[in-house]
Amino acid sequence: MTAKRTLKDLIAGKAMFLITAGCGVLVLVMALGLLIRAWPIMQIKPLHELLFSVSWSPMKGDFGMLPFIMGTLWVTGIAIVIAVPISLLTSIYLSEFALSRIRELSRPFIDLLAGIPSVIYGIWGVIVIVPLVKGRLAPLFGVSSTGYSVLAAGIVLSIMIFPVIIHITMEVFQAVPAGLREASLSLGATQWQTVKHVVLRRSLPGIIAANVLGFSRAFGETMAVLMVAGNITKIPGSVFDPGYPLPALIANNYGEMMSIPLYDSALMMSALVLFVVVIFFNVISRYILHRIRLRIS
Amino acid sequence: MQTNPHVRVHDLSVSYGSTPALNRISVDIPEKQITAVIGPSGCGKSTLLRAMNRLLENSDGVSLSGSILIDNENIYDPGRDVTEIRKKMGLLSQKPYPLPMSIFENVAYGPRIHGMKKKNEMAETVRHYLTISGLWEEVKDRLHEPASRLSIGQQQRLCLARGLAVEPEIILADEPTSALDPKSSQKIEAEFKHLKNRYTIIIVTHILRQARRLADYVLFMYLGELVEHGPAAQIFENPQHEMTKEYIRGIIS
Ligand SMILES: Nc1ncnc2c1ncn2[C@@H]1O[C@H](COP(=O)(O)OP(=O)(O)O)[C@@H](O)[C@H]1O
Ligand SMILES: [Mg+2]
Repeated sequence: MTAKRTLKDLIAGKAMFLITAGCGVLVLVMALGLLIRAWPIMQIKPLHELLFSVSWSPMKGDFGMLPFIMGTLWVTGIAIVIAVPISLLTSIYLSEFALSRIRELSRPFIDLLAGIPSVIYGIWGVIVIVPLVKGRLAPLFGVSSTGYSVLAAGIVLSIMIFPVIIHITMEVFQAVPAGLREASLSLGATQWQTVKHVVLRRSLPGIIAANVLGFSRAFGETMAVLMVAGNITKIPGSVFDPGYPLPALIANNYGEMMSIPLYDSALMMSALVLFVVVIFFNVISRYILHRIRLRIS
Repeated sequence: MQTNPHVRVHDLSVSYGSTPALNRISVDIPEKQITAVIGPSGCGKSTLLRAMNRLLENSDGVSLSGSILIDNENIYDPGRDVTEIRKKMGLLSQKPYPLPMSIFENVAYGPRIHGMKKKNEMAETVRHYLTISGLWEEVKDRLHEPASRLSIGQQQRLCLARGLAVEPEIILADEPTSALDPKSSQKIEAEFKHLKNRYTIIIVTHILRQARRLADYVLFMYLGELVEHGPAAQIFENPQHEMTKEYIRGIIS
């Protein structure tokens, strides 16, 4: 009996290890695959030219990715600027001030938001945000805009990453021991002082990790952004200008005009850039969050 | 021996949701003495202590009735500023919780939120209370290191200094030595004996010998009831209640 159980345990353990290892290997295989396909262009063009040249015209053999990298940075940057303060304040309210009933009630809704397909966010962006930018926000600054802009994409993205950031930030707050809050309260600190000086300070690494995770989600998000960003190959000059983020470039063009030499390789190169950035930020933030979870238990 | 009551608990009942934790407790806690609250685990000692600091209302579903008078004012009167009430009491918990900041900042935290601004006054205050809690000599050269680097025993004395720095009248201590090694426990006990001239001290403990060593006045609780209370000599030498006798003799624990 015991021997059988031990055996089962052993097999289960081994199986789970293999699956986990398999996932890790898969990531490496994907990176390697992208690298091999991107290799031809990397041999012909120096890396800095690929990354920092503004000239993108595949017919002429120019593959400068800067417009797309800047498009991605603009969109992601705007999303983060909007999402960070709002999600932080929401998390503080829900975790520290709201009645537990409200907190428990709101949790499934927040998680539900995270599960909505991004194409729906995209449609919603086209119907609501694009006209809003065109009709209200741009005129407010005396600019004319089609509405298809990095601002519209940033707004849509920020709403998409709220749930991710809020969920994790709340988890990080819950990891702050009740005794620590009480230590501050018992000295006569108000609840807000306690949040500001103790809870936030203690949670800072976790809050950063939560936002970095949101950032890497925004960085790689494709569908919703593609639908509202305008997709014009030019570095945006203002938030009301259209942009052309990297993921949209790949999604729009891969599989077409593949007869152009090196085009395929250039797209693979941009996919590799995307992949490396997203994986890098993901690993860092997950490592920090893992450390925080260890601290709880 | 008997002095003025400092804390007057009157008809205090507390329940967590539908689970009663304290049942109609009434007792006067003498001023500038050490009062020990003893009783088996789960009998409501911590609940009584937290009720005095109004920390219970932070958990959900707690209902409370009765009153607690400190300096003849009911701390549960609507409209009382809860931060003022908590400022009157220093809390020492079972496990030390240093704030996520330096040793210096831990002690400065209280005075700072209550408006102390001057740098040299603050430095003097920090030095003063670290000295009182017997930590100054050990930390004076590393005041700006994170408090988490201290040993658990040192952290507990830091928490004592931090609590004293807001100039409370009362020290509430909930099994303050249970996470400490014998040496550190001894230091904390010595501090308490030292401090009782100036503060009313209420200490929860499940260590009978500790209560014997420290207490002037004793509350014995059992299953949410205050079974017996009185001067330490009376409770330990001549308990009236059958339950108290058994607890003191170690039959129930
Ligand atoms: N936050 C809480 N929620 C629900 N029940 C609690 C809570 N805190 C304490 N209790 C219950 O109240 C009773 C008294 O607890 P406590 O005051 O911590 O006892 P003691 O400190 O004497 O061990 C116990 O039965 C305990 O399970
Ligand atoms: Mg207790």
